[in-house]
Amino acid sequence: MMILGAGLLVLIAISALVIVRTDDVTNQILALSFYGLLFALLFFLFQAPDVALSQITVGAIALPLMVMLAITRMKHRGELKAQGQAEKGHD
Amino acid sequence: MLANLPYYVAAWLFLCGLYGIVRSRHLVHTVISLTVLQSSTYVLLLAIGFRKGGYAPIFADIAPGVITVDPVVQALMLTDVVVEVTVVALLLAMVVKAFEKGGTTRPDDLRFMRG
Amino acid sequence: MTEKRRLLLFFAGAIGVASVYCAGIRNMPPFGHYRGPYGDVIARLAVYERHTTDTVNAITYDYRGFDTLGEEFILFSAVTGVMLLLRPETQERRRRETEGENPESFRDRAALSETVQVFTTGMFGFAVLFGIYIGTHGQLTPGGGFQGGVIIAAAPMLLYVAENTDAFRRILSHPLMEFFEALGAAGYAVVGLVALAFSAPFLTNVLPLGKTGDVFSSGTIAVISACVGVEVGAGFMLVTYEYLREILSREKNTED
Repeated sequence: MMILGAGLLVLIAISALVIVRTDDVTNQILALSFYGLLFALLFFLFQAPDVALSQITVGAIALPLMVMLAITRMKHRGELKAQGQAEKGHD
Repeated sequence: MLANLPYYVAAWLFLCGLYGIVRSRHLVHTVISLTVLQSSTYVLLLAIGFRKGGYAPIFADIAPGVITVDPVVQALMLTDVVVEVTVVALLLAMVVKAFEKGGTTRPDDLRFMRG
Repeated sequence: MTEKRRLLLFFAGAIGVASVYCAGIRNMPPFGHYRGPYGDVIARLAVYERHTTDTVNAITYDYRGFDTLGEEFILFSAVTGVMLLLRPETQERRRRETEGENPESFRDRAALSETVQVFTTGMFGFAVLFGIYIGTHGQLTPGGGFQGGVIIAAAPMLLYVAENTDAFRRILSHPLMEFFEALGAAGYAVVGLVALAFSAPFLTNVLPLGKTGDVFSSGTIAVISACVGVEVGAGFMLVTYEYLREILSREKNTED
């Protein structure tokens, strides 16, 4: 049990470094979701079921969802701007 | 030293998050690094409250009086986890607005925000 | 300041922080030897004092209920901030009315198979039911208002995945959503004020405590948990709608 906890902590440290070093934002969302699931496992090992439930719903689902919504909206705005410029260029 | 591994991992996560904020080239990357920074406090709080051989503080199956881990620290973290995602949503709304007004997501290029 | 100089400054600071932190850890009690008295006191007394089996929720909604009231209002103001920041501005509305729509990017998707659509839409009901179950059993098992609210708010995304954007938009843009969010936030404060009517301090547990193990037990904890669940669920749905508002209105115009 302690070996599992130690291994999980080392895995969390490694994936935090991976998140921070990833440059593409869309790839970071996947790493963030994995990181959230690792945390949920860690909370189970630390005998904290309430917090683990919160972390599963929030850290692995709602947080990547929010980031994806923001990126989608920015891409949408980027498309609108590109279309607007294309139309202005045609005039 | 291995016995205190959670404390060292908490410091490592804190410094990783800070490194991400310092080095980021995309505002959304900055916000995600802030999330990593915040998760270091979860590890530290839980490590303080843990007791070897303790059960979870839910007495639906076990009799009250059995040795458990600390429930106060878990109560602090429960609301923290949910509120964090809403604050991240607010920060991302600011990022979206900065992108619309400035046209770029690189923090170094958002010159119109300089005083 | 160039990036290299910034990184050098950061590393200098990080080494300082790490060395002071490691010097401080040496004086802490080793991992696994919890010393403090409060956790043991509450774990021993909460079942008898509040007739609840989930001590973590008893602390969150009763012993430290005032802190949770503050955190709920952080959530409320963050949702208000998102709605203020992302509201459509007058320039955009005028421009959207004048220029024609050309949404080709939404039409060249592969059509989703009907099995997936039917199953995903069916799962929506189960997800909402599960969220209500977790939200109302906070005083007995791990769960409570925060978790139940997030599960309920994440359920409509199943509709979006099943390409039922019409139902998705109708659920999220319902005018009663803001009312329910305000109701949840105000309900918590009202429950606290009810205690004043019983000539007890604010947020005291004044409702009948019931039998341990029942759903209707532990007085105000269940009521507060339900209020928080409603507020968190409605708040998340409002935030999701604000982010997707433009994309959803475009899809509405193409389907006509």
